[in-house]
Amino acid sequence: MKIHQIAIFMENKPGHLMGICRTLAGAGVSITTLSLADTQQYGILRLITESWEKARAVLDKAGYVVNITEVLAVEVVDKPGGLLQVLEIIGGGDINIEYMYAFTFRHGEKAVMVFRFNDPDKAIALLSNAGVKVLDGVTLFNGMN
Amino acid sequence: MAEKKPRIEDRIFDLDECMPRDRLTELQIDRLNRAIERARHVPFYADRLKNVGEIKSLDDVKRLPFTTKQDLRDGYPLDFMAIRRDEIARIHGSSGTTGQMTFVPYSRRDMDNWGNLCARFLSSGGLKPKMLVQVSFGYGLFTGGFGLHYGIERIGAAVIPAAAGNSERQLAILRDIQPDALVCTPGYALNLAEILQAEGITLPHLKVGFFGAEPWTDEMRARIEDELGLFATDNYGLSEVIGPGVSGECPWRHGMHINEDHFLVECLDPETLEPVKPGEKGEIVLTTLTKEGMPVIRYRTRDISNLNPEPCPCGRTGVRMGRVTGRSDDMLVIRGVNVYPTQIEEALLRIREAAPHYEIEVTRPGALDVATVRVEMLPGMFSASMKEMVALRDRIVQAISSITGIRMEVELVAPQTLQRFLGKARRVTDRRAKDEDKQ
Amino acid sequence: MKKDDNDRIFNPASATDYVPLPQLRGLQLERLKRTVMNAYHNQRQGLFKQRMAAADVKPDDIRCLEDIRRLPFSVKADLRETYPYGMFTAPQKDVVRLHASSGTTGKPIVVGYTKKDITVWSDAMIRAMSAAGLSSKDVIQVSYGYGLFTGGLGAHYGAETLGATVVPTSGGNTERQIMVMQDFGVTAICCTPSYFLHIAEKASEMGIDLRTLKLRAGVFGAEPWSEAMRHRIQGETGIKAYDIYGLSEIIGPGVAMECQEQSGLHVFEDYFYPEVIDPETMQPLPDGKEGELVLTTLAKEAIPMIRYRTRDITAIMPEQCACGRTIRRIRRIGRRSDDMMIIRGVNVYPSQIEAAILKIKGLMPHYEIVLTREGGLDNMEIRVEVTPELFDDRIRGVESLQKQIAYAVFSTVGIHAKVTFAESKSIARSEGKAKRIIDKRGI
Repeated sequence: MKIHQIAIFMENKPGHLMGICRTLAGAGVSITTLSLADTQQYGILRLITESWEKARAVLDKAGYVVNITEVLAVEVVDKPGGLLQVLEIIGGGDINIEYMYAFTFRHGEKAVMVFRFNDPDKAIALLSNAGVKVLDGVTLFNGMN
Repeated sequence: MAEKKPRIEDRIFDLDECMPRDRLTELQIDRLNRAIERARHVPFYADRLKNVGEIKSLDDVKRLPFTTKQDLRDGYPLDFMAIRRDEIARIHGSSGTTGQMTFVPYSRRDMDNWGNLCARFLSSGGLKPKMLVQVSFGYGLFTGGFGLHYGIERIGAAVIPAAAGNSERQLAILRDIQPDALVCTPGYALNLAEILQAEGITLPHLKVGFFGAEPWTDEMRARIEDELGLFATDNYGLSEVIGPGVSGECPWRHGMHINEDHFLVECLDPETLEPVKPGEKGEIVLTTLTKEGMPVIRYRTRDISNLNPEPCPCGRTGVRMGRVTGRSDDMLVIRGVNVYPTQIEEALLRIREAAPHYEIEVTRPGALDVATVRVEMLPGMFSASMKEMVALRDRIVQAISSITGIRMEVELVAPQTLQRFLGKARRVTDRRAKDEDKQ
Repeated sequence: MKKDDNDRIFNPASATDYVPLPQLRGLQLERLKRTVMNAYHNQRQGLFKQRMAAADVKPDDIRCLEDIRRLPFSVKADLRETYPYGMFTAPQKDVVRLHASSGTTGKPIVVGYTKKDITVWSDAMIRAMSAAGLSSKDVIQVSYGYGLFTGGLGAHYGAETLGATVVPTSGGNTERQIMVMQDFGVTAICCTPSYFLHIAEKASEMGIDLRTLKLRAGVFGAEPWSEAMRHRIQGETGIKAYDIYGLSEIIGPGVAMECQEQSGLHVFEDYFYPEVIDPETMQPLPDGKEGELVLTTLAKEAIPMIRYRTRDITAIMPEQCACGRTIRRIRRIGRRSDDMMIIRGVNVYPSQIEAAILKIKGLMPHYEIVLTREGGLDNMEIRVEVTPELFDDRIRGVESLQKQIAYAVFSTVGIHAKVTFAESKSIARSEGKAKRIIDKRGI
């Protein structure tokens, strides 16, 4: 039920993001969605791609500091209150969101968001029980349109 | 309580500690009259002592005016000094910032007395000549480090002035030099014990320890003694009066003998300012009897304790005060440093013109105190850039550290999330006692 | 100059500064013999005796001062290898104080003092302070850090024995330092020169002109500083800025001090005998030639140091000083012959930083140290390459690693460093000894 996210450490310097994108493009890796967290001195680039293993290999080889994290892709009803519904389920289970970001595409009629929770297994259980869909990699990338 | 024989040989450093009560009273009256004469050099007292004639019995103390911390602050910097400028040998100070700090000038004789008073409790707690003592108290304007330092020299023991911080080096010294005695805050002692245990270091030489500058309990003492294998005594003092050396435990450890030949002590109800019954809790009020640089009369310490006038088997005649169990104001003692909530406010005011709502939480997750300041964001403080948010938080940490002298954790929280209290703001949550229960 | 109105009170303790040379040399020879005897017979680990045997020299062979050249050198590593007490000659019961300073690794070095050593130290400090025109009338603020570092307590005992009023502010809390200075009519301050510049900057921010205060002299040491910096300090604050020199291995501050001529530092050579050698050939150099300063203690009981290589580069000045002191001067120290850094007056070796970094599992020793100076204060930034094992996709994970490293460094060297992460392989690797210090302070 979890999908793999690639996180890359970057110093806050011009041109760094470009280098990463160039490496991935050269290997034919397509980025499904990404988010960038920045601090004073460094940034953390988090990205989702179907070919995460290949992406990791080329980035490793190019000398980037990379780690793989499991995150959840959660379907969200694309109307007012849609996200609220998910958050209420999560909040009710006393689960913390470490961070979240959105996919640029829709899955059927629904939007999809990436979450990192402090307790992903509990989150999966709670969300599934409440009828909210947590997508696995296959479903996610197949449903891309 | 059954009185078993103390584990430590009791060496009385100064025979004056055992002065018969009637002679002590006589001496106190005599010294009090002279102290009052000296205090008349201070404008604050000159006014208030105008109609006070000769003190004939200790009951007359009631006629003397009180002195509060605020009075000393208002007299900043040296309005309370009773000697000439060129007679000052040393200046110490209490913590605080502009308008809050108190400076305490010492004459040469004050320095001499201070060394003697510290030597008294060091000796009664088992320190002997030639022993090696690690002093892990901060030196500087703070009186803790220097008081003990000169007391140890007076006894003829050797000093390792390790000061505070740099645990790595402190540990190396403890392990390699193997001192006979340790001086620090009780929290720091427990912290050291934990690290020593983790690293498998034993300290067979360590015999005695002198812990103070922050409140502690008998349970903490038992743990410290058990883990460090030493005999631990408590001592008490405050820089407005002299620093450490006001009182200290004897090996029987049923309270701290007050050096009554140098300090007149009262225990009063903080509301009515009337004496409480012997043994009952009240605020400790002190009058210096020999202090030349800065005499204080009926100084309200705000420390809540009790006095036990029963004779002690050790032979010292000074009345014994119990552990300080609380304060009658909002001062906090964090890692041995006195902190007032208003100092946090001052730090926040440096960042912005209007201080945001904040609260302070003090916890003790391990052996050491951790203070966390939660600050509610005000409109205009927020930025979409993490960079600026982190920088803001760091600036607050810096401002707090430069005002209080200790580093606190700072958390930025959303507006309206901190609890509001009607009337007097209760900004401080002290969870240390609870944390200790858990351990 | 309004502030330079001191009446040059002559302190009797300074008499030795003016002793006729033949008498001084006689005193030095007599003390040298005694020191060599003491080290030879009483050093606990016998290192000196072994080295003397290896060099085929006996204590009796020391017949004139020139014979000092036959004695073996000692270095900082000796103190580390015989740690903690191997170089001590006094019995434990006579030791009344211990101090420590940074070793080149995580291990500190320990030095001890007998009661007489403390007296000698205080005496050297009185003479140092008198040379700067200070007397019992002064109010002296000691803003060196107190503790195991010898700077604070050295200046403190000196000022106290001089009979002055001592204000032991120790380091830090600059605003309070300035308030104290203003409110107590402080006339002299002891601290590092860079910290004083920081005080001056902070004062002007607070709208206080140091020229209007009573402060008239500064005794600055524990780090190298330049003539340009002196001009700046004197010009901006109206005080006279004096250079003081010393090191814990010898005694602490008070080995040498400038007089009011401000032209070279007088070595209190009846206590500390100076030589200058070529650091490559180890051969003594004639006066006037620049080389490494080597010191021999002549009156120290707990740990006599013989021909101690300080690593400080200077020259002995051959001419007599205009002030009339007969004791010789050394030139101000500008550089060292090893990689020791002095940060906020604290001695730090890159190897200590490395030891701290390597304590954190998973970190590689790929780092560089960037030193900058802002508002008179030294800042140390440590750039470490982050490794995949330690990299966390959460900001708070990365921040906590930063904190962990900063704490490891702080607990080893006592300085708060700013830790930043660098991408993998972005820090230059060099052949042999890595050049890991980027000093942008422009001292």
